[in-house]
Amino acid sequence: MTWTSPLELVRDALRGQRARDKDLRSLVSNLPYEGLEKGKQPNRYFPGNAIKTTKYSLLLFIPVNLFEQFHRLANIYFVGLAILNFIPVVNAFQPEVALIPICVIMSLTALKDAWEDFRRYQSDRKLNNMPCFIYKKQYMGRHWKDVQVGDFVKVFCNEIIPADLLLLHTSDTNSVCLVEMSNLDGETNLKQRRDPEFEPESFNSIVVCEKPNNNLNHFKCFVEKPDKEKVGAGIESLLLRGCTVRNTDHAVGFVVFAGHETKSMLNNNGPRYKRSKLERKLNIDVIFCVILLFAMCLVGAVGHYSWLQALPGVPPYLVPDSSGHLDSPSLSGFYMFFTMIILLQVLIPISLYLSIELVKIGQIFFINNDVDMYDPDTNSRVQCKSLNITEDLGQIEYIFSDKTGTLTENKMVYRRCSVMGTEYPHKDNAIRLAVLEGEETEEDVIFDQKPQPTKTTRSLDGSLEGNNFVDTRQHHRGRRRRKLSRSASTDVAFSSELETEVVPDRMLLQQLSRAQSSSGSGMIDPYLDFFLALTICNTVVVSMATAQRQRVISHWLPSPSGSKICSICTSCYRKRNRNGTIAEDSVIEEDHIKTPVKGMGSEDMDGLQTCSLHAPSLPVKPAAASDNLSYEAESPDEAALVHAAKAYGFILLARTPDSVTVRLPSGKELVFELLATLTFDSTRKRMSVLVRHPITKEYVLYTKGADYAIMELLGTPYAGMCSGNQKNIAADTQHHLDCYAKEGLRTLCFTKKVVSEKLYESWSVNRQRALAAIENREELVMDSAVELETNLSLLGATGIEDRLQESVPDTIVALREAGIQVWVLTGDKTETAVNIGYACRLLEEEDLVINMNLVFQLLCTSLLDCTLEEVRRYSADPRNVDTTPDISLVIDGRTLTMALESDLRDRFLELAKCCRSVLCCRVTPLQKSRVVKVVREKLKVMTLAVGDGANDVNMIQAADVGVGISGQEGMQAVMASDFSISHFKHLRKLLLVHGHWCYTRLANMIIYFFYKNVAYVNLLFWYQFFCGFSGTAMIDYWLMIFFNLFFTSLPPIMFGIMDKDVSAEVLLGVPELYRTGQGEYKFSTFWVSMLDAFYQSLVCFFIPYLAYKDSDIDVFTFGTPLNTISLFTILLHLSIEIKTWVHWVVMLGSVAMYFIVTLAYSGICITCNPPSNPYWILQSQMADPMFYLLCIITTVVALLPRYRHCYSPCGAWGNFMCLSRQLDRMDPCAREQWIKEWRSFRGSRGVKCSRFSTPSSPNLESPVDIYPQSPTVSDMGDEFTLNVLTDSCERTLHT
Amino acid sequence: MVKEVKELVNRPDNTAYTQQRLPAWQPMLSAGIVIPGFVSIGLVFIGIGVALFVTSQSIQVLEIDYTGVEQSSPCFKCSDQTGKKCDCVMNFDIDSLFKGPVFFYYGLSNYFQNQRKYSVSIDYNQLTGDLDYFTNPDDACFPFQNDRNKPIVPCGAIANSMFNDTFQLFQLVNGQKKEVPLDGKGIAWWTDYNTKYRNPSVTPLRNAFNGTVKPPSWPQAAYELDTEDTSNNGFINQDFLVWMRTAALPDFRKLYRRITEGDYASGLPAGNYSLEIVYNYPVLSFDGRKKVVFSNVSWMGGKNEFLGIAYLVIGSLCVLMSIVMLIVYAKFKFPEED
Repeated sequence: MTWTSPLELVRDALRGQRARDKDLRSLVSNLPYEGLEKGKQPNRYFPGNAIKTTKYSLLLFIPVNLFEQFHRLANIYFVGLAILNFIPVVNAFQPEVALIPICVIMSLTALKDAWEDFRRYQSDRKLNNMPCFIYKKQYMGRHWKDVQVGDFVKVFCNEIIPADLLLLHTSDTNSVCLVEMSNLDGETNLKQRRDPEFEPESFNSIVVCEKPNNNLNHFKCFVEKPDKEKVGAGIESLLLRGCTVRNTDHAVGFVVFAGHETKSMLNNNGPRYKRSKLERKLNIDVIFCVILLFAMCLVGAVGHYSWLQALPGVPPYLVPDSSGHLDSPSLSGFYMFFTMIILLQVLIPISLYLSIELVKIGQIFFINNDVDMYDPDTNSRVQCKSLNITEDLGQIEYIFSDKTGTLTENKMVYRRCSVMGTEYPHKDNAIRLAVLEGEETEEDVIFDQKPQPTKTTRSLDGSLEGNNFVDTRQHHRGRRRRKLSRSASTDVAFSSELETEVVPDRMLLQQLSRAQSSSGSGMIDPYLDFFLALTICNTVVVSMATAQRQRVISHWLPSPSGSKICSICTSCYRKRNRNGTIAEDSVIEEDHIKTPVKGMGSEDMDGLQTCSLHAPSLPVKPAAASDNLSYEAESPDEAALVHAAKAYGFILLARTPDSVTVRLPSGKELVFELLATLTFDSTRKRMSVLVRHPITKEYVLYTKGADYAIMELLGTPYAGMCSGNQKNIAADTQHHLDCYAKEGLRTLCFTKKVVSEKLYESWSVNRQRALAAIENREELVMDSAVELETNLSLLGATGIEDRLQESVPDTIVALREAGIQVWVLTGDKTETAVNIGYACRLLEEEDLVINMNLVFQLLCTSLLDCTLEEVRRYSADPRNVDTTPDISLVIDGRTLTMALESDLRDRFLELAKCCRSVLCCRVTPLQKSRVVKVVREKLKVMTLAVGDGANDVNMIQAADVGVGISGQEGMQAVMASDFSISHFKHLRKLLLVHGHWCYTRLANMIIYFFYKNVAYVNLLFWYQFFCGFSGTAMIDYWLMIFFNLFFTSLPPIMFGIMDKDVSAEVLLGVPELYRTGQGEYKFSTFWVSMLDAFYQSLVCFFIPYLAYKDSDIDVFTFGTPLNTISLFTILLHLSIEIKTWVHWVVMLGSVAMYFIVTLAYSGICITCNPPSNPYWILQSQMADPMFYLLCIITTVVALLPRYRHCYSPCGAWGNFMCLSRQLDRMDPCAREQWIKEWRSFRGSRGVKCSRFSTPSSPNLESPVDIYPQSPTVSDMGDEFTLNVLTDSCERTLHT
Repeated sequence: MVKEVKELVNRPDNTAYTQQRLPAWQPMLSAGIVIPGFVSIGLVFIGIGVALFVTSQSIQVLEIDYTGVEQSSPCFKCSDQTGKKCDCVMNFDIDSLFKGPVFFYYGLSNYFQNQRKYSVSIDYNQLTGDLDYFTNPDDACFPFQNDRNKPIVPCGAIANSMFNDTFQLFQLVNGQKKEVPLDGKGIAWWTDYNTKYRNPSVTPLRNAFNGTVKPPSWPQAAYELDTEDTSNNGFINQDFLVWMRTAALPDFRKLYRRITEGDYASGLPAGNYSLEIVYNYPVLSFDGRKKVVFSNVSWMGGKNEFLGIAYLVIGSLCVLMSIVMLIVYAKFKFPEED
């Protein structure tokens, strides 16, 4: 290394700073500079790929950590006190010992920080040392940390990408590299990355790219070749660090950003620190404590002054200064104020903050480890990203939920379709789905009621109607069968089967085969076109099953369409293992099952017979099993449609950038030339694919999209279609679409358009220009798409079901019973949303549903006013007092915008406050967060937002507690959230059980800490009245420190981590407890425990005082029983509130520790702690029977009120919490019985089942639909219910 | 954050500990447990209370205030003579046998030995006989650390303010004074006498005190505290040890002597007694009182009725509460249980 002048170094550093800050970066390959010293490297200014997320370094740990810790006011306070103790005139203790508590606390905190930092260091090191291949003459095995900007990195299949790479080369013939972004953000799906086709070895271009930013969906870059030719590249050719390569053997990329500059690192902000509501309240109480402390010190100062003043002369016990002179009483009083502060400093609990942090770590550990919230499918637990708001989970008053992916599974299941105005209800498919869903009653109801005669008769012919009976039978059979098969084997991938397997509608199949035979090879039948549209009009990628991960794997069945009837029985009986091959034993099991099924009665026999009618068509498939295809779709809807088409024999075989291969039911393979893909965007709400038909050589445009986006573009009716009813197609289809929406299905319309060659060519030129444009590129591209998407002819529509997640209705009901208002915010149509609302029991049949769907602000104002009036009148009506209906509000996005305007906001919120649930439809992500913010700020309530997609991120961040659902839509929501769960149903346990626990535990622990310190410190305070307010402590200072730090610190921490006031089962069974638990930490609780502390300290001081009065007791002999008594009192006080037996161990341990430590200390220490000298004092006390008698009586008297307060009401008057504790001691069976009884007394709400039938038909014109509430809710009144409660309790207890 | 290749099983352990299903136990207090429990606790407490009360009643106490504030008091003449030696005699009668062993205390009131600066003004290292601290007493002793550049031994305010009245007790038998022997041995804590306080191992003892001065208020040096018993000198002088154990409360008594010998081993018989006091210690500067206390002791120490009464009150309260609960329970519960 040559010597460089400091000036040069500074200049170099500045240059580096400039290079990093430039808006555009020019990067060149490192290869030509290989072996040169660092100063010559072109990319030396950019950071390497090694990452460091640690906060501290080994050398600087102590100063940096101290600096961090002194940000906390409490620490400064305690250090200040310790320093104050070094001033001789005011000191209360030996100066050195006053430092001990703060030193212990700070070193424990430092230890915790160091441990956390060490874990970060370890994970950093692990990442930095991951292997990768860097090109240095050839590809060499290196580590991630060696990667530099400008290197060429080769990644292999299933490897994680080490840095942000500009894709240069792939092994794929189509120059495509598939990457999975699931562990970063965005999509679980595989994305296509276009390869700009460069040769990595002779790369001598300059890569010009933008400054690093955290936008994962945007990247601007161009590659300047030596001949000045510029080739643009975007996010589609950037391989992001942290993604995984799939389906591609290897890929080579140029490192653009490394280390901390990669997009994934810039997105990773580490754990977030929120302050919980409880902590904010706690700080107020700390201030109260400070005031109390000052008041007590003032009493001390004034007391000292007047004590001195009252002395007639100079007594021998007043110690003068050197000149024999005494300070004046007022000056002594002034000094005494500070001495008192030092003496009574413990009033502000020094270890509270640390204890809270420790407790939260423990609580998070238990939440993380809850096996009930583990999802075996995704192998994920609940994750706590925010470390310090666990107790907020117990305070939630409002929940804002997304719909798609949160309430529903976001697993799209093809349900029914309408082709050319004819509805094909796919009843068999519905049954199959019901079978798969099996056990869940809620779902059963939905499917049972699905074929609504009013809606579907028109499209059903007689023969199908006759099958209704059979369907039900089969359904029942199927359920039993499912139960049995589940118990036999649990590793069957039902979920994927649910999505991929579609049972074709027989009518449609017939229609299809008729069409096929009639049209021959012409392929111009609308039915065939419809299915071609399903197959082609998407961006689904077909991959052979090279991916290791289990994806949605389908089975390509080369059977001709005629025998393609996958009968109900097949799907009933088919059992797959994970590879999709039909397991041998399933056949055996089939016989197995039949016997019990037969025994179940004639219904089942019927079912069996019906089933056997279909049996002959059971296809033989083992040969096909090996040849499986895997579809990778960007949205689950597309996959569902492709699978649906496959069921009808239209199989997507391959998709390359230029062509699509489809196998027809006849077995023929067609290769469509792909001319253009007009991708989906949220403005157009549709996508199109322009292909060239291989047979007819026509240019065909297939478009699919939302009904309102398609319907207005319809032009000529389908050309070759039979004449008669053609103009009704659109109307009929629209009607079907409305029906679908009412059933809660997602609808899509499919159209076709034949484009003339001339038109295509002119359009194509436009399109090319648009694509090549630099400015306004996106707008131009969209315009060109709009240009082509006109005059479409309608083919049909599909209804896709987004199935409700498991246990969603139960969860919502439970949350509501817990007193939480649930709001659902969705982008869906009102009808769909309302139906889902009914299905998930957000809305109930007898609810008063207020529907707000307005265009004008004026209307909105008046409507709000009169609804509010109505609601008020309704609740004020004396006849309705007992039967106040639950009001629900349905509001759409446009109205919501008006309602959230500043002038209407208050009225809207008042209305919303009266509503039990609110459903907002067609809202944008921004509106979602606005709603959350407004409710949170104006109503001053605790809010929780739960969502799964990128559109929920705003909302999740706006709420007090954000919960992300790690579902189908990637990790963006999860990354923004405080907690992440895998299913909505987990929210129930997370809130009702863990939330309740965390909150009550922490609240009780904090109150206990305040109590403990006040109770203890007051002993010293009372003593001041007997020592002339001179600041004497009658307890050895070391023992005082130990008392706080060791003897009494562990039990409350254990209490905060592990105590259960009520068991999980009862909390889940009686959600009302959630609300009750929220009042745990109030002003009054704080003051009551303060008063209790005062009382207890009075007792603990004055009973020994009176007992030792006028005796020859000395200072520390007097203090020792006081110390012991307050230890017993403080620990037993805690034990009144705890349950877990671990506590008893810790408590006994604490008592044992107290005695052992104190005995040892007073046995050994003769001169080790001058002024105070506890030598042999406890020993002599323990030899005295008076000591024990004193301990017993004092502890009993001190705890008597507390004991009465905690236990007495339970026996005679009954308190909710207390009863639930009684409930806890029943045996599980009796408890279940009891909860059932309780439910039934709570009103009929508990037994209602959900329904899909006629909801409040949302009418655009009539704004308020008030459904008079049926007189069902039999509110027995609390008194009666409680009596019943106690009764059954007693019975269980006495038997 | 990049995740490593996930382990196939991320499933939490299903143990009672991680799933928070550890057995819980808390006494459930139904009426059936609480009422008998209260009754039995109450009865036990009443029992203890009666025992304590009876014991306390059996203890005899005789207090004689000799401060001399009233003009009628024989010690009135001495009360204002600060520092000067003064004798006075208190006569008193005992009606019945004062059962032995009788403990002879002196008592001070309004004397704040627990005053913070006073109570820390002591050097324990010096008192363990460490000669280093003879020449260089601890700063805590200030201002009784050095006197005119000579170290004070024993240093500190506590030692300096040592109580120095002395007493002699006579029984008046037929006009004759018969001295009651007072036992000054073993009045201090055993550990104080044997471990905590040690004289330096220098013989004769006075050599150890070379170069030091006595505390300013003391009439004689530490090695001359007891002129009769040479082993009772220095830091292990019993009176010194008693004084150095600072009292917890401003009204206190300290053991002066025990009456265990001779004719008085079984107690002080009824009769007339005369207490001759050498009145040295001034108390008027702090409104204090001086007294002598004769008391016999039991297993529970000196006379104290408070604890017995407290036990009795709490015990009866428990019984009372259980009766009330029984009534409430009978009234509200029994019909429902049918």
